[in-house]
Amino acid sequence: MPFALLKHGLTRHRSVPDVFPEPGELKDSYDIVIVGGGGHGLATAYYLAVDHGITDVAVLERGYIGGGNTGRNTAIIRSNYLTPEGVKFYDESIRLYKDLSNDFDMNILYSERGHYTLAHTDSAIRTMRWRAEVNKHFGIESELVMRDDLMKMVPQLDYSEDVRYPILGALYHAPGAIARHDAVAWGYGAGAARRGVHIHQNTEVTGFEITGANGHAGRVTAVKTSRGTIRAGKVLQAVAGMSGHVAAMAGFRLPLKTVPLQACVSQPLKPFLDAIVVSGSLHVYVSQSSRGELVMGGSTDPYGVYMTRSTLDFKEGLMMHLLEMLPFISEVKLLRQWAGMTDMTPDFAPIMGETPVDNYYIDAGWGTWGFKATPVCGKENARMLATGEVGDLIQPFALQRYHDFNLVGEKGAASVGH
Amino acid sequence: MKIMPCPLNGPRNISEFACGGEVEHLPPPDCDHAAWIDYVYLENNTAGVVREWWYHTPTAYWFVAERDTRTDEILRTWPAGEFLAEFGEGR
Repeated sequence: MPFALLKHGLTRHRSVPDVFPEPGELKDSYDIVIVGGGGHGLATAYYLAVDHGITDVAVLERGYIGGGNTGRNTAIIRSNYLTPEGVKFYDESIRLYKDLSNDFDMNILYSERGHYTLAHTDSAIRTMRWRAEVNKHFGIESELVMRDDLMKMVPQLDYSEDVRYPILGALYHAPGAIARHDAVAWGYGAGAARRGVHIHQNTEVTGFEITGANGHAGRVTAVKTSRGTIRAGKVLQAVAGMSGHVAAMAGFRLPLKTVPLQACVSQPLKPFLDAIVVSGSLHVYVSQSSRGELVMGGSTDPYGVYMTRSTLDFKEGLMMHLLEMLPFISEVKLLRQWAGMTDMTPDFAPIMGETPVDNYYIDAGWGTWGFKATPVCGKENARMLATGEVGDLIQPFALQRYHDFNLVGEKGAASVGH
Repeated sequence: MKIMPCPLNGPRNISEFACGGEVEHLPPPDCDHAAWIDYVYLENNTAGVVREWWYHTPTAYWFVAERDTRTDEILRTWPAGEFLAEFGEGR
């Protein structure tokens, strides 16, 4: 290994495996154009090819594959949400995740760790009990554990009572897992490309050609890009933080605010924390990756910007709270920090399905909960694009719900104040 | 530390402030359903210069700030009264 490394270091041409074969020029027309080459867009392309045999598909990505929020989340996968709609949806996603390494023939390092959402107040205990009961009703492993049991299950935490938020108990979700997020994007992308889907990186969408009155109830006929115009049978937008911008090009507005969510990792440490630990009151979530780094995140930024900068406020706040839970890591250094632009909805649930433009579909509003939904989104989007039917699992997340005052109210979402 | 130039309190740490969203026209009470949905839920979510309501929490003071959401620069602030006198009831 070291000699091979040395050899490649000294030669000019290195043999990098070609995961995404370059499709070359854009074709004049595609049956389906997917705007956004993140996890959701690539998964949709993958299931269009695998489940429905549709391969006349282009995925258009402004940057590079996995460079957006798919590679910027903290890779936590769980289904212990609060609303029945959310629980059923995310549970299907977990079911798909478990088979992904086999499906891709590529290890996504899916690792079941057990997920603990800490409760520091009586009202939080009440909410955890409520969530556990909703979860169990849908057959999901989810339990309220009180402090004495929790001390045996996650002995790493500080259980003293002379802290700002003493730990009273936790919602324990055994299937809670982490995975290598880049591998998820690469697996879906490579699988789709191998079956004939065109993945065009460095291709920015600049507009749409839409027929019909004032863009209302019109039809999209073509997608304008930085590399030319493509005729399209159907279009799906899956662009996270840029959702409002792309929807505006298609002629409609969304109930979204783009807000950065920051995260960071520590230097690698010997394995000591098996569990994924989350605290809503302390605005902290932490897990230890298979590389030994502590992967840490907090709450979304207090106001919206279209930037992925990191702030001192975020790090100060996060570390102060993290040290209350894990005081012994005070000498550990921070290794990397970054941010992603999240698209937050007012009810913390996604927006999926039909839009005011006939053959234009949307996958947005993924705020802080998008990565864990990647497989189920791909599956359901593919079904919708292939058959025109909006599946039962995503029906509750229609954009129309705001017009009907029928919001979802997903208070099980992470890193947001409720 | 990000500094917000507050019209009442001078330059202060932005963690003392809360953002109240873009300045929008309140629709008339007899507006139709669509106008109400528009006001309550839909966002411009502008990537560019926006005018927003901001609130200084310790002094319970509302004012208007002009900010570029692409660069996180605060360009200008107004006391609410001055802003409304200059731009009327809406923008």
